[in-house]
Amino acid sequence: MNYQLEVSNITKSYGDLKANDTVSLNIKDSSIHALLGENGAGKSTLVKIIYGSLMPDSGEMRWGGNSYSPKNPFEARENGIAMVFQHFSLFESLTVEENIILGLDGVGLNQNFTDEILKYSKQYGLDVNPQQVVGDLSVGARQRVEIIRCLLQNPKLLIMDEPTSVLTPQEVSDLFVTLKKLAADGCSILYISHKLEEVREICSEATILRGGRLVQSCVPQDHSQKELAEMMIGKKLTELARSKINVGSEIFSINNLSKKSDDLYGVDLENINLTIRQGSIVGIAGVAGNGQDELMELLIGEKSSGDGVLSFNGQDVGLLGSHERRQLSMFFIPEERLGHGAVPDMSLDENMLLSRPDSSGMTSSGVIDWSSVASYSEKVIDDFNVQTPSSKMLAKSLSGGNLQKFMVGRELIRNPELLIVSQPTWGVDAGSANNIHQSLISLADNGSAILIISQDLDEILSLCEQIHVLSEGKLSEAVDMKNNGLEKISQLMVGGES
Amino acid sequence: MIKLIPRVENSKAMILLSPLLAMTLTALSALIIFIFILDDIKVSSVFFTLFVLPLTDSYLFPELLVKAAPLMIIGLGLSIGFRAGIWNIGAEGQYVIGGIAGGAVGLYFYNVEGFWLLPLMAIASILGGMFYASIAAFLRIRYQVNEILVTLMLTYVAVLFLSAMLQGPLRNPAGFNFPESRIFHDSAMLPIIWEGTRLHIGFIIAIIISLVAWFGIKKHMFGMQIKITGSAPRAAKFAGFNDNKTVLYSLLISGGLAGLAGFFEASGPAGQLTPGLPQFYGFTAIIVAFLARLHPIGILFSSLLIALSYVGGEEVQIEYNLPSSITQIFQGMLLFYFLACDILIKYKVVLNKTKN
Repeated sequence: MNYQLEVSNITKSYGDLKANDTVSLNIKDSSIHALLGENGAGKSTLVKIIYGSLMPDSGEMRWGGNSYSPKNPFEARENGIAMVFQHFSLFESLTVEENIILGLDGVGLNQNFTDEILKYSKQYGLDVNPQQVVGDLSVGARQRVEIIRCLLQNPKLLIMDEPTSVLTPQEVSDLFVTLKKLAADGCSILYISHKLEEVREICSEATILRGGRLVQSCVPQDHSQKELAEMMIGKKLTELARSKINVGSEIFSINNLSKKSDDLYGVDLENINLTIRQGSIVGIAGVAGNGQDELMELLIGEKSSGDGVLSFNGQDVGLLGSHERRQLSMFFIPEERLGHGAVPDMSLDENMLLSRPDSSGMTSSGVIDWSSVASYSEKVIDDFNVQTPSSKMLAKSLSGGNLQKFMVGRELIRNPELLIVSQPTWGVDAGSANNIHQSLISLADNGSAILIISQDLDEILSLCEQIHVLSEGKLSEAVDMKNNGLEKISQLMVGGES
Repeated sequence: MIKLIPRVENSKAMILLSPLLAMTLTALSALIIFIFILDDIKVSSVFFTLFVLPLTDSYLFPELLVKAAPLMIIGLGLSIGFRAGIWNIGAEGQYVIGGIAGGAVGLYFYNVEGFWLLPLMAIASILGGMFYASIAAFLRIRYQVNEILVTLMLTYVAVLFLSAMLQGPLRNPAGFNFPESRIFHDSAMLPIIWEGTRLHIGFIIAIIISLVAWFGIKKHMFGMQIKITGSAPRAAKFAGFNDNKTVLYSLLISGGLAGLAGFFEASGPAGQLTPGLPQFYGFTAIIVAFLARLHPIGILFSSLLIALSYVGGEEVQIEYNLPSSITQIFQGMLLFYFLACDILIKYKVVLNKTKN
């Protein structure tokens, strides 16, 4: 068997932390190879070493059979390794062609690449218009631009970092067609992801990392999703299931909510209607930037939504601030952890006070009872399995998953009648995501209502009984999941009619 | 090679040690400068006069406390706004308006005896300072006008307003047209708390204010509100804090306290309103606040330290004919070293022995 890339016994330490500890990985010719692992498992370190932006402490690599030790990404690209990053590096005000040229080594802007771009575009089904300005493109189209830019370098290995996290289901399946074609034409692909279903669909091999060490390399199709996930996190996952769905009476409704955005690049919300009942989990799916942030602001009460559009237990709450809404038992978890749901430079105790209904007893007429605050934050840390030495740690010192568990716990210990949460598991490791989903489910089982706004369609599908789609500031009716539900959601996400 | 590595948690030891380190470095640098510019004999005595004498001399020490009081009061007010990211740079102006307001009340009741007069003057001065700062608050809230510019420029207006008053309604009728007010009568003068010196009750009140501020910042939601607003504005909205109120309250507090300090100066050491009322306390208090890292108890100490530099600096001017810029060099170095040493709180220094 021929290997395009052989990585053996790579070790890389940062101080006391071994980010990679004798990690090996072999990528066959013309194959799609998955690199799996939670946040902090050492995936990025390994990829950076392969791509030449980090030097390993020890270990060696072979590229096409020859010894390979790139000193910088430039050298890696010369060898035929290209990478599509999770966060695109495109200039929004330039055209597709200009962006592609700027990304190539040793090429001037005066050269014409239109034909070549169109050639690749056709060959691999990467639909782009070279003369279009990137700022006008959807996320999926931007990714296609990045891929074409890589292909122009005739790579033998294409590294893709979490490529589907921002795509609609349709875009994902288009991407998979492209990737399979590329592999068939001799370009191996290193596919970094935590979405196990995808990995099982397109990858012929998978290397799993945990805590900087190699767990094993395997054929993903030989294992169930659950087994793969358990290899990633190193412990058993609990199966997600609602024990009982007891949908009660209506608790919250949005009635004809329209709001022009103050921001030039914001999204105007148009005539949004939604009803939530006790004990139900309602999901709002949709691609980022379709009004999720604007809607969340109004739901939290950071901006006033005006008279008569938000009703909680029959009371008009549209003019209330977020603190007043919490007094009524509405609680919120925003998407951004650092800087929105938590203050990075403050301790967990202090962060506890961001959400402080008077009934909590943490403050009385403004005077803070720090011992009560600390007992609450310790309770959150215990009950929600937040890994931290103490509640005095700064919020920014926690990993994303741990901080998210803290933020979820902070709201859940108030036993909210209504919880509104945006992207509950964004950038969170699989183990923590599982914990968070589990606690949301048990909250709903106990009769609370939950509204989840998420771009992660799998999350919405696995948790919610009632699913809406937000697209260009408009919210769809609840999708009937019995008849081709997934297809309808997919159409709605790109702005089509159901 | 020396490397700075971020600490996981801020170092408690360094929070206390870094000011001491900064003071040591300042003293060492001052020593080096003196060695270069002075004769050998003078170096130690100048050094002594600058740093030690103000603490031991029975005349200079109370003077140090007299200077520290307004710095402390203004610094406390400013620190509250600074925590919230509200930059009131014009405390000097609010100080002057406060002094005029307090003094005007005292002069209106000239030769009227009464224990109520001083409290009334104090209230007038606080309201004066608040009013003056509220102009900036109004413009910022209503029209998003930058409060740094407004407060700073209004300082010059306040100083001119003072001289207009002193040439007009507040001028001493028996003062040979000098632009000065009457000398306040006894009921309008602050009680002296150290017999034979100029140390007045304002110093005690300054300490009380710093304890109240400490309580407010540590134990009250208002302290959290300004801290959160300053450090993460979106999180402040999430918590349900009204940012307009944060702007208004922090400007009112810093303005009111600056006004009170102006009244203490007028009814304390000055004893009248003169064009010499503005003493730059309003600007120096910015340094005081930052030296203390905006901590109320820290401000108690940093105001004493800066007052030391004033008193010691004046003393070496008088005794050794050194230029007045000695004081400024000293304050500047102190601030620089403080800011530099603060990095040790968040980072630790590691001597890197290994290659690369």
